Amino acid sequence: MSHLSAATRHRVAFTLNGRPVSLEAEPRLLASDALRHGLGATGTHVGCEHGVCGACTIQIDGVPARACLTLAVQLEGRKVRTVEGLGPAADRLSVLQASFRRHHALQCGFCTAGILVSLDAFLHEQPHPSEEELRIVVGGHLCRCTGYTPIIRATLEAAEQLRSDPSLPDSSHV
Amino acid sequence: MVAGLKVAVENWPMAVERVRYVGEPVAIVVAQDRYLAEDALDAIEIDYAPLACVVDPIASLASDAPVLHENAGANLVSDRRFRYGDPEAAFGAAAHSVEVSIAYPRNTGAPMETFGVVAEYEPHEDAYEILANFQGPFSIHAVMARCLKVSGNRLRLRMPPESGGSFGVKQGVAPYAVMIGVAARVAGAPVKWIEDRLEHLSAAVAATNRVTTLKAAVTKEGRITALDWDQVEDCGAYPRAPEPATLYRMHGNMTGAYDIRNLAIRNRVVLTNKAPTGLVRGFGGPQVYYALERLMQRIAVELELDPLAVIRANLIQGGAFPYRTASGAFYDSGDYAKAVDVAVADGRLASLERRRDEARAAGRRYGIGFAAAVEPSVSNMGYITTVLTAEERKKAGPKNGAQATATVSLDPVGSVSVHVASVPQGQGHRTVLAQVVADVFGLSPAAIKVVADLDTGKDAWSIASGNYSSRFAAAVAGTAHLAATRLRDKLAAIAASQLDVSPGQIGFAGGAIFATGNRAKTLPFGRVAALSHWSPALLPDGVDQTIRETAFWAPPQLAAPTESDEVNSSLCHGFIFDMAGVEVDVETGKVRIDRYVTMHDCGRVLHPAMVDGQIRGGFAQALGASFYEELAYADDGAFLTGTFADYLLPTSTETPDIEILHIETPSPFTPLGAKGVGEGNCMSTPVCLANAVADALGVAELNLPLTPARIAALIASPEPALPAANRDRPASLGTVKPGDRTLRGEGMAMVAATPEAIWSMLLDADQLASIIPGCHGVKKLSETHFKTDVTLGVGPVKGRYKAEIKLSDLDPPKAATLSGSVSGALGTGGGSGRVKLAPGEGGVTVISYTYEAAVGGKVAAIGGRLLDGAAKAIIGQFFAALARKAAPESKRTGFFARLFGRQT
Repeated sequence: MSHLSAATRHRVAFTLNGRPVSLEAEPRLLASDALRHGLGATGTHVGCEHGVCGACTIQIDGVPARACLTLAVQLEGRKVRTVEGLGPAADRLSVLQASFRRHHALQCGFCTAGILVSLDAFLHEQPHPSEEELRIVVGGHLCRCTGYTPIIRATLEAAEQLRSDPSLPDSSHV
Repeated sequence: MVAGLKVAVENWPMAVERVRYVGEPVAIVVAQDRYLAEDALDAIEIDYAPLACVVDPIASLASDAPVLHENAGANLVSDRRFRYGDPEAAFGAAAHSVEVSIAYPRNTGAPMETFGVVAEYEPHEDAYEILANFQGPFSIHAVMARCLKVSGNRLRLRMPPESGGSFGVKQGVAPYAVMIGVAARVAGAPVKWIEDRLEHLSAAVAATNRVTTLKAAVTKEGRITALDWDQVEDCGAYPRAPEPATLYRMHGNMTGAYDIRNLAIRNRVVLTNKAPTGLVRGFGGPQVYYALERLMQRIAVELELDPLAVIRANLIQGGAFPYRTASGAFYDSGDYAKAVDVAVADGRLASLERRRDEARAAGRRYGIGFAAAVEPSVSNMGYITTVLTAEERKKAGPKNGAQATATVSLDPVGSVSVHVASVPQGQGHRTVLAQVVADVFGLSPAAIKVVADLDTGKDAWSIASGNYSSRFAAAVAGTAHLAATRLRDKLAAIAASQLDVSPGQIGFAGGAIFATGNRAKTLPFGRVAALSHWSPALLPDGVDQTIRETAFWAPPQLAAPTESDEVNSSLCHGFIFDMAGVEVDVETGKVRIDRYVTMHDCGRVLHPAMVDGQIRGGFAQALGASFYEELAYADDGAFLTGTFADYLLPTSTETPDIEILHIETPSPFTPLGAKGVGEGNCMSTPVCLANAVADALGVAELNLPLTPARIAALIASPEPALPAANRDRPASLGTVKPGDRTLRGEGMAMVAATPEAIWSMLLDADQLASIIPGCHGVKKLSETHFKTDVTLGVGPVKGRYKAEIKLSDLDPPKAATLSGSVSGALGTGGGSGRVKLAPGEGGVTVISYTYEAAVGGKVAAIGGRLLDGAAKAIIGQFFAALARKAAPESKRTGFFARLFGRQT
């Protein structure tokens, strides 16, 4: 990476949910703040800003990452996916999201964005997840409302649906 | 912001002259973005003069304890005794007296979304408009308006339709809403503030920590004839409104689920140097039931009875409802014995017992715990006045009730909107209200629009409004049902006049209004619903309009406290019976929950999935309270748990699935028969799990959170004597108090220079500047007094500090004592160390040192785990630099520094 001056803003360009975006960022600007305040993509939530709660999880080149522990300038040239990119359209839900809704896998919904992003990546890697594997993945997130069980149930059901009918409106990776 | 108590304590939203707790606001910076604001914060230098402090509630009662508020005269700000029935006689006649003492810890709801405020001020109107994720109770609106020195109609408080969890905690945004309002006035521009996690954990809202001694008079069969409570409630540094409500919320329920007619209570409220307390899910219930249900288990152990038999022998009987408790609560409905019977049936208890017996036979530590709890909901706004004497209450005027409001509107195309004075933080208001109102009108829930935001400038509300005290299902949804029913009855009158039948014959179903028994006479719902807009002249006699109906509902059972301090502190009383089987790993101190069964009677269940969601969520929070969560403070007032790496919340790997059971005894006091259900497991689960652990380990006293260290201490035999090798260590290193967070260490380094050369370096400002890690120059104030600026990093916190170093007890060139202090925006520290220089072989000096240091402020709150390592690293860097500096030309120096710069 080229040397960046702390005192100046730098143009950072990347792909956000399939669309090219760019913004001016000081090197210290967090990716979470760049998304929310710079680009108005407020689906990514900020719960702790020290990497524990997982609410701000995004995918960078398909890999889950904490936006609060990532600098905006690190997104340069990357493919970034956030919760806004999971559904096939603004008014449609992905299979996983629809299953969350059916199972009441969210109450306040604040942690949900990050959990969906993590699970979306995991289900692509492991289409046959066990409950234990899912508990470990969701263990990277804090949810204060649900007690987690409905989240695990929703994901098991979504995984089964995705396996049985690959043509379902899964969140196609971009 | 003090409202409940008559005490001479001022509480401003930010510190005035004196800071009383870590996290108390001392400055507000307004900038164009948060990064700039934080830069400015770092530039603020505050010179604190340390005062003595007290963090323990019992210590705060001592006559020589530092007093937080001089005008109040003492830290004890309320001391009330209550007596119901004849407790003295019952204790005198009792076969046994059983007692438990507990110290319930501080914890909090920790919603994933923190506080957020956007405030504007209109100078020409002298009016504030504040958007905040406040949850109520709206009695606090009056407190906020008074703080801002405006009448209530000049504080327009708006709440967003969605909020990322609250669990009571977002009541605590109120003082910040006031501060940001003032900031907007001063700045002449709208001001936005989003709380960060450190601010939240250190200073948002904590549940009270409480020290309780509870005694029971017991017959030899295990029947309790009297209870004697002594509660010392710690409200932190200020008794901020609505405190001391946590202490009095349960006042009618101090006998729990049991039929006990004799009751003595002493309630004390004390102040300590900790963050102010407030609403947290369970609100007073966890503190009460931890004592009460631990007592039930101790009665069983001490009288050698079956714990479940003791619970059963004392439960209020099924035919006794509505039941008036000794302290005045009016339990609406229930069948506690049946709930217990159903919970243990179908082999549930038998399988727990079998698993326990098998585990124990294999030498493992397995225990079973029970807890029975009455879950109050829909608070009586008057319960808090029980803290005053009857005479004081008379002077202040009666306070009582729990006004709920809901509005149902029909627009010109006949579609239905619902609005209530309660904003959701994840409880599913929209889903439940749409269902309740749709059922009234015979529409599908999808046809109903629920508007979930709230605006005190436009919407109907009252002091009891808000989303707290589990009042949504019982009070708010019921009031929406009332409003919808009133509109439906008017629509029936309109339809009857149009269809030429009597209103009693009108039915509502499938989006139509029709004459029952004559489906030919049918009108579309929308047409009748819109009539009041388009042709008011056609409204039949007795129907004024059908555009909007606002219902206000105030249950008559919520009376003010009586002369003799009896109070129906809540309207509804659900019942919970929990049982758990746990296994304790004696090697790791870890507790595994094998089975957990929770039986609920929350009256009529409005939405089964929502109810179970509340139960699971409450259970998970209670699991945190049981094993992980504590807002911890050091003796010097330093706050120690400012990150989610220090304040641990349960994750999915720690949270087991549970078995949920229900029976339904509908409340006769609420419109829909529903009762609250959201807080119960926060009350029942911690003590149920503690009882199971106590059963597994055979211990009498245990306090939460049951961390592996605590469990290990419960299991451990007495501490063995120190190994001989350590006995000659300095006394201060050997006498570590539990909970003491002082950093201590000792070490040795070898430097290739003479003691004299090193000595002169240590007294030379320029040399020191090049040796001290992160140093920005040293100023020499006298031969033995230096001032410097240093940049130090501890884990995630890197910051600039001002440091002062003094040398004393000089014994040149052999020994010196260094004492010093550092302070900066990120925290403060102080300590001292003794450095000794001794000539070694080959021109090498052996430097040995011991040190003790204490650290406070932000660094302690978020870097506590890392301080020991950081101190050692910094000292190591210091001596490595000293070695390089003392013998720069020698290649051996680096080698020596690496080889001998060791630490212990």
